[in-house]
Amino acid sequence: METASAESVRKHVRVYVTVFVALMALTLITVAISTLHLGTTAAILVALFIASLKASLVAAYFMHLISEKKLIYAALTLTVVLLLVLMLLPVSHFADRGL
Amino acid sequence: MEIPYTVEPRPDTGVYNAKLGIWLFLASEVMLFGALFSSYVLLRVGATTWPHGYEHLNIPLATVNTVVLITSSVTMVMSWASLAMKNLRKYRVYMGATVGLACVFLVIKGFEYAAKFEHGLYPSESTFMAIYFTLTGLHGLHIIGGIIVNCYLLGPGSRMWKTDPARFTNRVEIAGLYWHFVDLVWIFLFPVLYLL
Repeated sequence: METASAESVRKHVRVYVTVFVALMALTLITVAISTLHLGTTAAILVALFIASLKASLVAAYFMHLISEKKLIYAALTLTVVLLLVLMLLPVSHFADRGL
Repeated sequence: MEIPYTVEPRPDTGVYNAKLGIWLFLASEVMLFGALFSSYVLLRVGATTWPHGYEHLNIPLATVNTVVLITSSVTMVMSWASLAMKNLRKYRVYMGATVGLACVFLVIKGFEYAAKFEHGLYPSESTFMAIYFTLTGLHGLHIIGGIIVNCYLLGPGSRMWKTDPARFTNRVEIAGLYWHFVDLVWIFLFPVLYLL
C-alpha cells in the first residue's frame, strides 16, 4: 500500500463503498435469520458462516490483506493455526470425558 | 535516534516496520480474544442450560451498534485514503466521524449495561452474564484505546503531515488496521452473544 497512487486509491474507494453495502446487507440478513429460531446447530452454522464472510470482507479490503506481503501472510497463517488449536481445546476436554 | 523504515519497506521483510509490528500485535490479540471465545465454547457446551441471547440482551440496540461500528471502519479507511490522495481536510472529516461513531458505540453500550444493572443482572448472575460482560468489556476497552489513538492522530499527531506526510499516512494506516480488528471482533461477538 505504501506506493499507492492517487488514481489507484480512487479505485479502492469504490471498492470500500461496495464492501460497506455488503456488510450492511449481511448484518440485516443474519439478524433476520435469527428471528426464524432455527435449530441450535443450524443457527450456529448459519450465524458463524455469515460472520466469517463479513470478517473476510473486512480483512481482505479494509485491512488490505488481499494484496499484502508474504511475511504478513506467514505470520497470520501461524496465528490461524494456533487459533484453531485454541478453539479445539474444549473439544479435546469433552472427548477425554467420553462425552 | 532516527527510527528506520517508517516509510520505505525494509528490504528483507518487504513492509515498513510499523506494519509488521501492528500485525504481530494483532496476532497476539487474536490469541487473547481466541482464548475467551474458546472459554465461551467450553462454558456453553458444559452448561446444563444456556439462555438465548435475545432473552436477556437487546438485539435492536446491538444491531444499531453493529451498523455504527462497521460505518466507523469505513470512515477510518476513508481517512487513510484521503491522506493517500493528499487531502488533509477530508482526512479530518473522516477521522472525526470515526471518533464520533466510536463514542456513539460506547454510549449505546453504556445504555445496555445500565439496563442490565437496573434489572440486577451483574456478571455474578450467571455464567452467561459473566462471559457477556467479560467479552464486551474487553472489547469496550479496545474501543477506548482506539478512540485515544485516533484523537491523537486527529489533533496533535496531525502536525506530522507538514513535516513527513508519507510517515503520517502510514501511521493512520496502522491505526486503521487496529480499528478494523476491533470491528472484526465485534462481527463475531454480535452473533455469538446476541443471536445464538
